[in-house]
Amino acid sequence: MAANGAPTTITQGSRTRGGVGESTLRPDGTLKVTGEFAYSSDMWHEDMLWGQILRSTVAHAEIVSIDTGEALATPGVYAVMTYDDLPTDVRTYGLEIQDTPVLAHGRVRHHGEPVAIVAADHPETARRAAAKIKVEYRELPVITDEASATAPDAVLVHENRDDHHIGHVPHPNIVHRQPILRGDADAAAARADVIVKGEYYFGMQDQAFLGPESGLAVPAEDGGVDLYIATQWLHSDLRQIAPVLGLPEDKVRMTLSGVGGAFGGREDLSMQIHACLLAIRTGKPVKIVYNRFESFFGHVHRHPARLSYEHGATRDGKLTHLRCRIVLDGGAYASASPAVVGNASSLAVGPYVVEDVDIEALALYSNNPPCGAMRGFGAVQACFAYEAQMDKVAKELGMDPVEFRRINAMEQGTLMPTGQPVDSPAPVAELLRRVKAMPMPPERQWESSEGADVRQLPGGLSNTTHGEGVVRGVGYAVGIKNVGFSEGFDDYSTAKVRMEVVGGVPVATVHTAMAEVGQGGVTVHAQIARTELGVTQVTINPADTRVGSAGSTSASRQTYVTGGAVKNACELVREKVLEIGRRKFGSYHPAWATAELLLEGGKVVTDGGEVLTDLADVLEDEAVEVEEEWRHRPTEAFDLRTGQGNGHVQYSFAAHRAVVEVDTELGLVKVVELACAQDVGKALNPLSVVGQIQGGTTQGLGIAIMEEIVVDPKTAKVRNPSFTDYLLPTILDTPTIPVDVLELADDHAPYGLRGIGEAPTLSSTPAVLAAIRNATGLTLDRTPVRPEHLTGTA
Amino acid sequence: MDFLRPASWEEALAAKAEHPTAVPIAGGTDVMVEINFDHRRPEYLMDLGRIADLTEWEVGADSVRLGASVPYSRIMEHLRAELPGLALASHTVASPQIRNRGGVGGNLGTASPAGDAHPALLAAGAEVEAESVRGTRRIPIDAFYTGVKRNALEPDELIRAVHVRRAEGPQQFSKVGTRNAMVIAVCAFGLALHPGTRTVRTGIGSAAPTPIRATAAEEFLNAALEEGGFWDNGRVVTPSAAKQFADLCAAACNPIDDVRGTADYRRHAVGVMARRTLTWTWESYRGARHTTEGAA
Repeated sequence: MAANGAPTTITQGSRTRGGVGESTLRPDGTLKVTGEFAYSSDMWHEDMLWGQILRSTVAHAEIVSIDTGEALATPGVYAVMTYDDLPTDVRTYGLEIQDTPVLAHGRVRHHGEPVAIVAADHPETARRAAAKIKVEYRELPVITDEASATAPDAVLVHENRDDHHIGHVPHPNIVHRQPILRGDADAAAARADVIVKGEYYFGMQDQAFLGPESGLAVPAEDGGVDLYIATQWLHSDLRQIAPVLGLPEDKVRMTLSGVGGAFGGREDLSMQIHACLLAIRTGKPVKIVYNRFESFFGHVHRHPARLSYEHGATRDGKLTHLRCRIVLDGGAYASASPAVVGNASSLAVGPYVVEDVDIEALALYSNNPPCGAMRGFGAVQACFAYEAQMDKVAKELGMDPVEFRRINAMEQGTLMPTGQPVDSPAPVAELLRRVKAMPMPPERQWESSEGADVRQLPGGLSNTTHGEGVVRGVGYAVGIKNVGFSEGFDDYSTAKVRMEVVGGVPVATVHTAMAEVGQGGVTVHAQIARTELGVTQVTINPADTRVGSAGSTSASRQTYVTGGAVKNACELVREKVLEIGRRKFGSYHPAWATAELLLEGGKVVTDGGEVLTDLADVLEDEAVEVEEEWRHRPTEAFDLRTGQGNGHVQYSFAAHRAVVEVDTELGLVKVVELACAQDVGKALNPLSVVGQIQGGTTQGLGIAIMEEIVVDPKTAKVRNPSFTDYLLPTILDTPTIPVDVLELADDHAPYGLRGIGEAPTLSSTPAVLAAIRNATGLTLDRTPVRPEHLTGTA
Repeated sequence: MDFLRPASWEEALAAKAEHPTAVPIAGGTDVMVEINFDHRRPEYLMDLGRIADLTEWEVGADSVRLGASVPYSRIMEHLRAELPGLALASHTVASPQIRNRGGVGGNLGTASPAGDAHPALLAAGAEVEAESVRGTRRIPIDAFYTGVKRNALEPDELIRAVHVRRAEGPQQFSKVGTRNAMVIAVCAFGLALHPGTRTVRTGIGSAAPTPIRATAAEEFLNAALEEGGFWDNGRVVTPSAAKQFADLCAAACNPIDDVRGTADYRRHAVGVMARRTLTWTWESYRGARHTTEGAA
């Protein structure tokens, strides 16, 4: 292990400075730390108005009437719009299923649903005017769980569904259902020496990005609109926005503005259409910024889930079968629920060899807050359950939990329960071995000659223990996450690369629509351009819709897919440059025709290192430009009855060892250390890799012990929409996170890289839970685990 | 909303008499949050920021006169010896930024049961110096909290200072939150030993509609300590006495179930904190123990 978290091996180097494999610094890093970075909420336009959304105060109701008169009459108000004011017949949107109303029509289906929008010359005026809109609701019974959703007399959350899932779901209040059947689980169960069952609950986590939803829509003279926006996928937004506005897509010009975190929460639209509608209606620029309270209602959350698992194993520690059922609560609108179901079902086994499976995953429609994409996307919930099961089975067999996992670990060549072979390295056992081999943090670190240092203890500065009741526990977990969009989705990206000489120096310009949400994509694009084109200076153009789609900054895919597109475009540019070189200089040196030629250090060189000429002399006044789409290998849909199919592109693996100290009397937890080992294929930027792993690990810690959106089961209303009561880990809650990075190349991927952003979020949570179980001896079948669960006072 | 900016304390009192609905604002850590979220729209907002006297303190022979706006960070820094319980409580208030702005006057004015200063003030023994154009009075801390987010101030009164008894014995403060820093109290407990009067005092936060003392627990412990001659012989408090004290502290609670915790947990946790803080303070009194806190 490298103590500083740097990768232990580098499989590929670069001979141009600042290229692939180097820890070049992010351009946004210092600005963000010093508070100078311009976020989307910082934008300003002369003469702009402020938009405000009026949201439902109840979760499920008919709208009897809306009276906007008083709001409209408020001085300073320029427009008030409701459903009736929408300009076209397209009045809904959605990522996959267009079931989400731009503004509520006759009915609201969840707490905080947009009902009306206001534009005014001051944000306070807009807010106060919105409060003057009188909405009369006739409340309806709320659907909050599987029982109420599928009851014979259940109200349908969406009547007259015509989406492509309605044909195969058992009830119209189920968005999508995916079984995965392979082998014969019943026969395999008969061979098992032990059968272990568990019922688990995974709470609703919020992305809790620090930069709230915000954007600025500027009406243009051509009747179109320019939208400056913090989002995850510009072209997906565009596809949903333009039809509602009644504009062709080329009249809705989108530019990415400073994004303050995303984690999946910006995949769905928030204020985009509302700002554009108000801008077009008033003819003035309109800015909308959610405050923290509104942000909790303004984006989808991680699906809460109930998971029933049954594993069998033989005495010698081999898993025989898995039967499991995963019920995800998708809330009022579909969002990404179908794809989350696909992940939860196809990854329900975890990174283990289990040949006989009977898996079912489904997502409900309910009146709870809509849930959709969040880092880990269905795989997180499953990992929490199967890892708890692994510990339970190991205990039942009297085996060491890591040894039991090793015996059942998948490897390259293993068939997934979908029948798909894992065709790149799957070092599951090795990752576990590595985290287990790391040195343990010292015991009783709070002790000093001057007494107890409470910062090192559960409760921290709150001074609840000086060592009393504190017990250490250790737990392990490992997970598997798919990389990229799956199930037959055309998951491409586009890159435009230009090369020219400026002031005698060759310069590359990279233009993509990739949303930089803090993952470090712009840094990596520059590194790729340097490596492929041998230049030092790379300009990254702002992401906008003047270039083709880059796909979503989601699913750990951007370095793979848009990185792949940039690499591909660079290679095409290089070919063109060399073509020009051959034309100009081919006759002077035979190597132009015979050798493998590279661009390095601003020169054309042979693979033997001989310099042929300066790039500046090749290009002179010419500019070479390529815009090209790039695709990873295609995937297939899962069979709707059996779940069989080559649904995924690539997998990502991480393992954690958690060391916790629990105040067993007060139920408070201090996570002392969360060691992680992850295979990244190839670390394009080692520093960013470690940052991603530490961030993902911490987000997993959050849902283990504190983060949860609490929804009242009687009213379906959110009870804690604030950072006072939705707790995120502070730096004092964040343990040391030693990282061991493995680089086993995936030969199908650019540079052999593996998407890395999500895997650490999977195994972190179950590792912490396992450590708390180890410390307390409690079963703990839900997450987050709160003090009352550890003290019998729930 | 009118913004009043009195230049002196006298002007402030006059303005408050003229506009009894005026909401005083000092650090703004409570009031500004309420205004930003539109939970509160006071007709008048009175900025006390120009009154320098409010951020000063005086250490007297028996007590400390603590200006209402002395920031928590100053209390932690300068009054650790005189007001150890309050200094500990101050360190648990929110984040460094908030501790640089907020002061005890705000906690008292808001009178939320979750205010971190209350248990320490109750345990130490304090009086709130309230003043109006009609005159000055000192309200004993036990009589100050009158209901959920209500206090004994008259509409024309402002809090000028708090008089807190100087510690003559060990004090402790403990607070449970579901996070290791920057957390609102699920429940909190303060304990102070007063060897001069051979008494103990307690303070409980977030476990009843108002901050409270566990008087039955105090009486029990006072009697037990007296009976066994503990104040003189410095013996270890028996586990059974500590347990009964803890049980009586838990029994003093009248908590609710809410999104931050269950009533059962709050009762349980107050008991645990009572037992532990008793051990810490008593060990310290016996001279057998010293504990430190993490640096700010």
